[in-house]
Amino acid sequence: MAAITASEVSATALPADSGHIDRARLWTVARTDLKQLIQAKDFWIPMLILGSIFFLFVPTVLLLAITRVGNVQVVEQLSTTLEVLPQKAQEAIQGDSDAGRAAYAMAVYLFAPVAIVVPLTISTAVGAATIVGEREKGTGEFLAHSPAAVREIYLGKLIASLVPGYLTTLLGFGVYSLVVNLIVGPDVGGWFFPTQEWWVLMFWVVPPFLALTLSLVLRLSARVKSTAAAQQASGLVTLPLIMVAYSQSTGALFGAGSASFVIGAVAWVIAIIGLSRGVRAVTRARLLGVADGI
Amino acid sequence: MATATRDELVHMRGVCRRFGHVDALADLDLTVSVGSITVLLGPNGAGKTTAIRMITGALDPDAGEIRVFGVDPADHGQAVRERCGVVSAKPSLYDRLSGWDNLAYAAELYGLGRHADDRILDAAAQFGIQDSLDAQVGGYSTGMKTRLALARSVMHRPDLLLFDEPTSGLDPESSHAVLELIRDFAGGGSTVVMCTHLLLEAEGLADRVVVMEEGTDLIAGTPDELTERYWPGAVVRMDAERPEALDRLARREGVLAYERDGTAELQLDDLARIPDLVSELTADGVRLTRVEPRRPTLEDLYFAVRDGRAFAEGTRPAADDAGLTIEEVR
Repeated sequence: MAAITASEVSATALPADSGHIDRARLWTVARTDLKQLIQAKDFWIPMLILGSIFFLFVPTVLLLAITRVGNVQVVEQLSTTLEVLPQKAQEAIQGDSDAGRAAYAMAVYLFAPVAIVVPLTISTAVGAATIVGEREKGTGEFLAHSPAAVREIYLGKLIASLVPGYLTTLLGFGVYSLVVNLIVGPDVGGWFFPTQEWWVLMFWVVPPFLALTLSLVLRLSARVKSTAAAQQASGLVTLPLIMVAYSQSTGALFGAGSASFVIGAVAWVIAIIGLSRGVRAVTRARLLGVADGI
Repeated sequence: MATATRDELVHMRGVCRRFGHVDALADLDLTVSVGSITVLLGPNGAGKTTAIRMITGALDPDAGEIRVFGVDPADHGQAVRERCGVVSAKPSLYDRLSGWDNLAYAAELYGLGRHADDRILDAAAQFGIQDSLDAQVGGYSTGMKTRLALARSVMHRPDLLLFDEPTSGLDPESSHAVLELIRDFAGGGSTVVMCTHLLLEAEGLADRVVVMEEGTDLIAGTPDELTERYWPGAVVRMDAERPEALDRLARREGVLAYERDGTAELQLDDLARIPDLVSELTADGVRLTRVEPRRPTLEDLYFAVRDGRAFAEGTRPAADDAGLTIEEVR
């Protein structure tokens, strides 16, 4: 090792902190967190089961019950229910038979909340443990002494929390599309899913709700004393948010295309504000567990 | 306010930091010279870890001045941290990841780029863990984890190494091995700051010792300086077949202090008196079994300061000696 000499101490002008975000470091933090998640089978197996239940098993059973079992009473009840949908949504329903129309409506409109609940649940579980977990395991000390800026750590952890939930949702969305097209497609004249509204929901409405939720969850994770406390607090904070997202996602599908874009745009603005404020919650003192209040 | 001199890698003056109602650091002065091994010695809660955290800028002080590499880590934290290697009391490793992944993570955060793989292999070989890099760290022994943490701390070739109780939780053999590695490493000219509450660890390792308690520095200096300032000039241990026969020495000329607890310990005004004392005792028929001039260990110094023995007659340090006054020995 080339040791520093006395003259170099004063001769070397070290640059001041610039606030610049080093993307390589940011991705390193995110990638390392994700690598640890992949190693944690006790985390991703339940996550996979959750996604399967919502995107595969429940839709398959319900859609098969409508289209194949031919339970007339259930179909009639669903057809009656469809009458409460907005006129525009009713006009968009395809299908030659009552069963086909009921299955179409269920596939396109009634499963929308699933696309919100799954990613929020998974990402909240990951995000709640991410900063307090570093502190509990003692690895916060390593991060605090590392050259990584707190903004890089925050954003890296945000991405690492967002990816599992959103990726599961996108995978589930693919599986769900396949299930819907295979089961309902023959009754409505061929493959029809995803509809335009679902594309908007998945790529414009869901991400900001996810980011907003995580901005709150990471803030909590930085402030509480234990992972258990973070999980509890996150549940309380995100439950109302899940309900809002639930209703808004449904509205996005029922409303006109412009409504979806507006809902998404508003969610993005709020999410960006939430994220920019959330970054302040992560400090080196909190990584070390010595900040006042921890 | 005094400013850092040219050869001071770390310069802390009057540094204070409070956590809630607890003063973690209270008016700490600390100087670390280029190429030295400085040992922060003190009981748990003395503020050693907080001092390390201040040096890297991981924590900001409430008051006082800090200069590391000539700059304030509060404003130049990233650049300072890039040049520091830290091993904390807990190894701070990711148990779910392999040894390689732990090192690779650090290599990327420290921006080693295309040199990363070579540096990882070099560091792992240096600490003898190259054959375990593929294994998950959760399965490592405590000693292996410490070696991995040490490898991680030196991989980016830092100018300043900060070791916080690096032998914590290790068995004596592993502790010895780790201290040897640190000694070898420091032998290469690196600047090292090591915290410990184990006095024996500091013995023979430290170029400079800073005894800390309740967030402040009690005394600081090289072991020789501390011995000169805080240890009675000449101490000799004596024993005899009938130890009580030694008690007469308490009244002899030149004996400043006498204490017998099993063996007798005498503080003399000059070691040259020993032959006369031995002749006198022998002439009186006392059969001596031990005569041993004693150089103090760090442990002796530590407790001498803590117990106030440094204030014994004739051992008070000069007020203007190297800027260290008796008032600083609190």
